[in-house]
Amino acid sequence: MKRIIPALLAATLLAGLPAAAQDLGFTATQPLQMPKDVYFGEVAGVATNSKGDIFVYQRSGQPTMSLGGSRSFAHSGTQLLEFDPSGKFVREIGKDLYGFLVAQQVRIDPSDNIWVVDSYSGMIIKFDPTGSRVLMLLGRKPESIDVPEPPPRAPRGNALPGAGAQQDLFDAAADVAWDAQGNIFVADGIGVNTRIAKFTPDGVFVKSWGSKGSDQGQFSAAHSVQLDAAGNVYVADTGNHRIQVFDNDGNFKSSITGVGDPAALCMTKGPHQYLFSSNSNPVDNLDSGGEIYKLELSGSVAGKFGHVGKRPGEFGTVNQVDCRNPSTLYVAEIGNYRVQKLALR
Amino acid sequence: MKHFLTSAFAAALLLCAAGPALSQSAATAEATAPNLNYQAVPNFFKTPAGDYMGETQGIATNSKGDIFVFFRGNHSRLWEFDKTGKFVREIGKNYYGFLFAHSVRVDAHDNIWAVDEGANLITEFSPDGSKILTVLGHRPAVTDGAVATPHGPNPPDQNYTFCRPTDIGFDPQGNIFVADGYCNNRVVKYDSAGHFLAKVGGSAPGKGNEEFNLPHALQVDRQGNVYVADRTNNRYQVFDNNLKYKASYTNVGTAWSDCISTEGDHQYLFVSNSNPNGNGPGTWAKTGQIYKMELDGTVLGKFGHAGKLAPGFQVVHMMDCRNPNVLFEGEIESWRVQKFVLQPSK
Repeated sequence: MKRIIPALLAATLLAGLPAAAQDLGFTATQPLQMPKDVYFGEVAGVATNSKGDIFVYQRSGQPTMSLGGSRSFAHSGTQLLEFDPSGKFVREIGKDLYGFLVAQQVRIDPSDNIWVVDSYSGMIIKFDPTGSRVLMLLGRKPESIDVPEPPPRAPRGNALPGAGAQQDLFDAAADVAWDAQGNIFVADGIGVNTRIAKFTPDGVFVKSWGSKGSDQGQFSAAHSVQLDAAGNVYVADTGNHRIQVFDNDGNFKSSITGVGDPAALCMTKGPHQYLFSSNSNPVDNLDSGGEIYKLELSGSVAGKFGHVGKRPGEFGTVNQVDCRNPSTLYVAEIGNYRVQKLALR
Repeated sequence: MKHFLTSAFAAALLLCAAGPALSQSAATAEATAPNLNYQAVPNFFKTPAGDYMGETQGIATNSKGDIFVFFRGNHSRLWEFDKTGKFVREIGKNYYGFLFAHSVRVDAHDNIWAVDEGANLITEFSPDGSKILTVLGHRPAVTDGAVATPHGPNPPDQNYTFCRPTDIGFDPQGNIFVADGYCNNRVVKYDSAGHFLAKVGGSAPGKGNEEFNLPHALQVDRQGNVYVADRTNNRYQVFDNNLKYKASYTNVGTAWSDCISTEGDHQYLFVSNSNPNGNGPGTWAKTGQIYKMELDGTVLGKFGHAGKLAPGFQVVHMMDCRNPNVLFEGEIESWRVQKFVLQPSK
């Protein structure tokens, strides 16, 4: 409660209305043109580069287990697609790549390198801007995958549940982000582990923080991570109905509440930064939620828009928001198998 | 002879209005229903060279006469043929929502709806099949691992997810009805935007009115009434538009699949007394025909018979009867689809 009051006060001052966020109007289009015989599946990720090219990381094709001796090997089922700024299909990147199993997120760094996060292979894969070369990997895909998965191993030593091992092995990685120095922050994430892991720009493990729980510094899930220009770390703590803010070393600073259950975050660039946060509906609920909030970094609500649904202009389990241009967003929907382009008024 | 006696006995019971205790595996209408004249159109479908159909679960036509066949290949495949039976295209190749085909239906706007009981997903494709317009349900996450039909009691049904859904239908207002399915036992109504409105049945199977044991197919008439093939209960249950019980038709056999004609002022109901999987001894004598009925349950006639070779039926799984005098059907155990021309009813 103590944490909510400042945010409410700030929102009240900003909008001039008590606790009622301004509803931002928008128009939605679906400009991406798929090539013949390629279909959208669960669109987990969408991101733009500095040229306006659009990258879509989606669960499609047919995830497949190959039975081999006593072990089963999982492959395919996920695609990374590139479109030009008009929405015209350009190419598929990483076709049949070893680490592509279940698409989770795609992010573009300030040098236009393409980073994808695959939750089932537990890998963060960095491609060059053309997508033709793999530059760096974090995590390692399990050699074989048992279905169903065996119960998780108990944490070693005194580690708390969800704290993960102090290294770059992820359980179900969810997101990746960078600070101004290029340090890498991985949300690990949406499986057994619920922690944020920090790496140097060269991929050397620095530290990780967080464990499973609802106290300050703990996560129900670390579903999305973004950083502001000052290096503060914003984590969508899905399930605990809050965004937790940490300094660059993982020290807890504050929580942002009153924005539903945050699942996808996007930090705008420029001198005045905003944080977009999606209160994404669970796939089995189409009766409430779905709105996206535009937040000041203080946590006050600058506005909100949209709601759950299947029609154009409605949202079905938004898993990523791209906000390179803060008034032209792209949203990737797991529930509606599409990417929508939103022009905010 | 034995078989004849059995059905004659059953028919006699029916005539005496003997009540609901009949064994329903044989169609009690069989002895009394007149035979309808019909002609098979042999080798109507021209499949692409070097490619094959599998279990042909679904078949449907659009307003232009194009025919869509949804079958089980290495995963679900959806093929389009033109009205002459010439192959046009494959739709949904490598699509995420295609695992194990069950039904395809075409709505009043010629959008194509594919029901996949492996992915627990229903997909609306644009009329040319190039775009996904709507998905209903959710394919279980790969990370959840393999979940077979649950042992023991089914988990509670959820408003927006399905458990091996079987079929879909639409009323004139565009509301959506889903038969769900092999592990839920219910019919769900959604508005045209996919919002939950009502349901009948639940996760547990049952025998009473408004209960199901494997709702396997459904169709909706112009008044918005819903006709559900309640397969394991060997009956069709009829509901009003709000899914309130109206009637049961129990005299037409195994209740695998139904179809309601849409061309012309008069709507007919076709139902299939499909021969059960496996072709057990004696089953062909009791099952196999397709019945033509009035919507009120009056049986007008029957045609066809079980058989391995065309034009016999090998577990009819779905029928298209847009034109009540031209019937398309898909069969599980022959991997084929067939076209029939029927004598019109007077």
